[in-house]
Amino acid sequence: MKQAMYFVFAGISVLLFFYTIDLIFYGTPLDAGLYFNQKIFYYHVPQAFVLFLAVIVAGVASLLYIKRRDGRYDDVAEAAGEVAVLFGAMMLVSGSIWGKAAWGVWWQWDARLTTSLLLWMLMVGYMLVRKYGGPSADRLAAGLAIFGAVNIPLVYFSVKIWRTLHPEASVVPGLQGSMRTTFWLSVLLFQIVFVLLLIARVGQSRIQRQVREVRERALDAGLLD
Amino acid sequence: MEFLSQVAAVAWKDLRVEFRSREILYTMTFFAAMVLLIFSFAFVTREGVVLPDVIPGILWVAVAFSGTLGLSRAFDRERESDTMRGLLLAPCSRTAIFLGKAIGIATFILIVEIVVVPMTAVLFGAPLFDHAVPLVLILILATIGYSVVGSVFAAMLLRTRSRDVLLPVVLYPILVPLLIAGTKATAALLEGAGDPTAVADLDAAYFWIKFLAVYDMIFIATALWTFESLVIE
Repeated sequence: MKQAMYFVFAGISVLLFFYTIDLIFYGTPLDAGLYFNQKIFYYHVPQAFVLFLAVIVAGVASLLYIKRRDGRYDDVAEAAGEVAVLFGAMMLVSGSIWGKAAWGVWWQWDARLTTSLLLWMLMVGYMLVRKYGGPSADRLAAGLAIFGAVNIPLVYFSVKIWRTLHPEASVVPGLQGSMRTTFWLSVLLFQIVFVLLLIARVGQSRIQRQVREVRERALDAGLLD
Repeated sequence: MEFLSQVAAVAWKDLRVEFRSREILYTMTFFAAMVLLIFSFAFVTREGVVLPDVIPGILWVAVAFSGTLGLSRAFDRERESDTMRGLLLAPCSRTAIFLGKAIGIATFILIVEIVVVPMTAVLFGAPLFDHAVPLVLILILATIGYSVVGSVFAAMLLRTRSRDVLLPVVLYPILVPLLIAGTKATAALLEGAGDPTAVADLDAAYFWIKFLAVYDMIFIATALWTFESLVIE
């Protein structure tokens, strides 16, 4: 049943993917100032949403892991961290392409860009710790996630004061008509993909952890050497 | 009271070990001086001057880099003969151990700063000491924040593989606000250096000093709250 639901949602996301592509290119009007370049917005912003959501999930899961010491929370934290790195990379690449078209440069040291980049770097560091930290890395990774979560408002505040160049007013609430529908459909699509990837990855980490635990128990029992 | 004497005992132990060999202090200072020299290759212009805008960056990169060197060495010492286990078994609270270690590290970094800051002023002709009070405040507050966050991560890394490469990976993202604040506050003090009519932007400097104080308080609270559950066994 669970698996069937998973595939149903995977199917929905595939269909939605084609549908949003169609909407983005044929169903929405051209932007008055940016023309065709504005189209990347429909995927760029949902990717950023997923990055932030995944970071929040990883932070909450790490906190629960530290408090409850239950390996299941650690699996979720690991999976969410990996998804955050993936979507962060997509966000940075699509944002650079858009920036080149809209501002004429690949990168600007604007508050929002810098904060997102630092957040992504934090998550990359988190994955490096997980990968190369060895046996006790889970606790270190959880600590990093907690300190990182505390740090995010401080980073945002300090970077904002350092770089108040581009107070890019939020465009999302002002979207009209088909642009609005398309945008929120893309957001929905990316959220579904996020949840699906998260579930798949959590399952994988859980199996890895169980294998590890069984192996340790077998070692303790003297069945393995 | 007993708590404070425990903190002092741990800190004093670290300082005594260090003052006998002076290994950490010498290597940290040398490394920081070397960083300053390497930056001079990049930033001294053809006319032989340094743009005042880059001086705060040079100073803080030197401090941040040499700080990690000291951090990993100070905690490596505890690992070498497994003295960390002894420390944790001692009849005093973990919080006291943590604070003692952090005070030790902060002292090392402050000593290095006493050498590096005048060196920066002399080598790059920066009038850093025109506003000595805010400068000292900036250095002390940033050092406190650095050593608190650094000690938590260095202690957590003790039992981890590839400690030395992972310390900067985990530490620098968390230190970003501190480094921005330190750099910007120093830059505010140097504002218009070389131009006799310009004045330093003291308001901005004090704004960043307050920011550093907030950063320190937040991370001291987080560290005290999580240290116990993060560093066990």
